[in-house]
Amino acid sequence: MDLLTILQILDSSVRLAVPLLLACLAGLYSERAGIFDIGLEGKMLAAAFMAAAIAYTSGSAWVGLLAGIGASLVLSAVHGVASITFRGNQLISGVAINFLAAGLTVVIAQSWFAQGGRTPTLQGDARFEPITLPFAESLQSVPVIGPIYYELISGHSVLVYIAFLLVPLTWWVLYRTRFGLRLRAVGENPASVDTAGISVVQLRYIAVIICGVLCGLAGAYLSTALQAGFTKDMSAGRGFIALAALIFAKWRPWHALYATLLFGFLQALALRPDLLENTLGFKVNGQLLDALPYILTVVILAGFVGKAIPPRAGGEPYVKER
Amino acid sequence: MDVMPKWAEVVLVPLISLLLASILSAIVILAIGENPWDALMLMIDGALGSTYGWGYTLYYATNFIFTGLAVAIAFHARMFNIGGEGQAMLGGLGVALVCLYIPWPHWSLALLGASVSAAIFGAAWATIPAFLQAKRGSHIVITTIMFNFIAAALLNFLLIGALKPTGSMEPATGKFPETTHLPSFQDMFSTADNVMFRGAPANISFFVAVAACFALWFLIWRTRLGYEIRAFGHSESAAKYAGISPTKIIMIAMMISGALAGMMAINNVMGEAERLVLNAVEGAGFIGIAVALMGRSHPFGVFLAALLFGFLYQGGAELALWTSIPRELIVVIQALVILFTGALDNMVRMPLERIFLAFRKPAKGA
Repeated sequence: MDLLTILQILDSSVRLAVPLLLACLAGLYSERAGIFDIGLEGKMLAAAFMAAAIAYTSGSAWVGLLAGIGASLVLSAVHGVASITFRGNQLISGVAINFLAAGLTVVIAQSWFAQGGRTPTLQGDARFEPITLPFAESLQSVPVIGPIYYELISGHSVLVYIAFLLVPLTWWVLYRTRFGLRLRAVGENPASVDTAGISVVQLRYIAVIICGVLCGLAGAYLSTALQAGFTKDMSAGRGFIALAALIFAKWRPWHALYATLLFGFLQALALRPDLLENTLGFKVNGQLLDALPYILTVVILAGFVGKAIPPRAGGEPYVKER
Repeated sequence: MDVMPKWAEVVLVPLISLLLASILSAIVILAIGENPWDALMLMIDGALGSTYGWGYTLYYATNFIFTGLAVAIAFHARMFNIGGEGQAMLGGLGVALVCLYIPWPHWSLALLGASVSAAIFGAAWATIPAFLQAKRGSHIVITTIMFNFIAAALLNFLLIGALKPTGSMEPATGKFPETTHLPSFQDMFSTADNVMFRGAPANISFFVAVAACFALWFLIWRTRLGYEIRAFGHSESAAKYAGISPTKIIMIAMMISGALAGMMAINNVMGEAERLVLNAVEGAGFIGIAVALMGRSHPFGVFLAALLFGFLYQGGAELALWTSIPRELIVVIQALVILFTGALDNMVRMPLERIFLAFRKPAKGA
C-alpha cells in the first residue's frame, strides 16, 4: 500500500469520524451532567433533515446549519422537560426522541418535497464546500509532508475544523472552568451542588442545550457537507456508535477524539474491502467490520479492558428532598 | 401514598396519554394538509372494516404481543430491554434453522419445535447482556442496543453467506418445506362458500401469543419466581435482604424476556414469510416498548395495546396507500405514545393527582 492510498483511507476516516465526534461530545456534556442521552441519533437525524431542507430553500449552508441546530434544540428541549422538569425516565425519553425524528423527518420531507422522504440534492452554496488551507497546493510537491498536508489536513469543510477545535475547547471547559467543575459535580453528586447554592436544574438544562447544539452540528454536517442532501434514516446508527465511543472514551474529551477516529477508521475500511484484502492477504468480513464498534463497546463495558464507570448520578432525576 | 384510585392509575393515565398523542398526531396530519378525521375513518375502515383488514391487524398485533410482553417482564424486574429487536432477529434464525433442517411430519410438531428453538435463540441473545449486567455492572440498556446492531450484522452475514440457497441472489433463506406451513386464519375460519381473512397473514400463532399473555400473568402474580421478580423490581436492597439473589433474577427475567421476543418469529418468519429474510422484524422489537408502557406492563394491558398498535400499523398502511400520508406517520404516533406514557408520565399524573386530592379532602371532613 503506498502513501497516497493510506492517506486516502485516513482522509475518509476523518470525514466519517467527524459526525461521530460531534455527537460524542454532545453526549459527553449531557452525560457528564447526569442526563443520559440515547436520543443522539434522533437529534442528528432531525438536524440533518432541517439543515438540508432549509439550505435547499435558502441556498445557504449556514442558514441550513442554524435551522439544523434549531431542530436539534427542539428535541433537546423535549428531553430536558421530560427528564429534568418532570423527572421522567431519561432512557425512555431518548427512545421516544429517536422515533419522533425517524418518523417526522420522512413525513415532513414527503410533504415539503414529495420525493419519497428525501430532500432535493444540494448544490453550490447550499453545501459546505471543502476549504483548501493556505500553501496546500504549493507545498504539495514536498515529499511526505506535502501530500499529508494537502490530502489529509487540507481540503475539508469548515465543520470538520470546528469539530476538531471543539475537543480542546471541551477539555478546557470541563477541567479548567468553574462551569465545567459544576457540570461534572452535578453528574456525580447533584445534592452537593445544590447545597452550594447552585441550581441543579439550570446546570442540567444548559448541558442538554449544549448537547442539542452539538448534535445539530453533527446532523448538518451529515446532510450538507458529507453528503449533498437528506435521505431517509441517513444517520444510520451513528448516534449509537457515538454513544459507544463515549463509553469507550470513558466520558473524556481527548479520548472521545481517539475513539471516534478509530470508529471512523473502521467505517472507512468497511467501504474499501478490496484494499484490506490486498494488504492482509485474506478477506476480512464486512459485517464483522460493521459490528466491531459495538463488539468493542460490549468488551469495554464488560470491564475486560479497564472499567468504564459512568457519572454516578447519570440517569437519575434529581429530587431536592427525599 | 396512593393518591389516585386504582382505576384511574390503570385506565385514566394511559387514556389521557393516548389522547395527547392522538391530538399531536392530528396536528401533524393537519400540518401536512390532510384531514385527520378522514384519515382516522380510513384507518378504521382499512384495519377493522373487513376480515381481510382484521387479518392484518391481528397479524401485527401478534408480533407486538410477544415483544410487548418481553419488555413488560423486564420492566417488572426494573430493567429496560431495548434489545427486543435483536432477540427477535435471533429468534427468526432459530425458527429458520429448525424449519429448514429438521424434517417435521406435521405442522403442530413443527410449531412446537420452532417455538422452543425461537425462545432458546432469543433467550441466548439476552443472556449475554443480562450476565454483563448482573456480574460486571454494565448497563443493560447500552449492551442490549449494541446487541441489536451485532444481531443485524450477524444475520446479514448468514443470509448472504451460509444460509442463502445456492444460485439465489436475494439475501434470504430458501422457502421452508410445506409441512411447516402454519394454518392461517383463512384456513381455519373459512367455509366452502364463505372465504374469510382472504390472503391475510394472521395465523395460529395469534393464539400462542394469547396463551403467552395468560402464562406470563400467572408467572408474575401467581408464582414464587414472579413474586421475586416484582420484589426485586420494587427494591433491590429489600429483595437482597429477603434472600433473593439479584444475579438470578436479572438472568431469569432477561432470559424470559429474550425468549418472548424471540418467539415473535413463529408469527412473522414461520407464519407469514415462511423463510427468513433480512430485516424480518421491521421494528416490532421497538414497538414492544410502546406496547409495554401503554399496557402498564400488565399482560392484559399489553394485549390491548398490541391490538391498538396492530390497528395503527394496518391502518397506517392503508393511509399510505390511499392518501399522501406516508407510513412513517405511525412511527410518529408510536414515538408520541412512548413519550407520553413513558417519559412524560409525571406530566399527565401530577395534575390528575391534584384533582383527585381536591375531591378527596371534603369527603374526609364529612
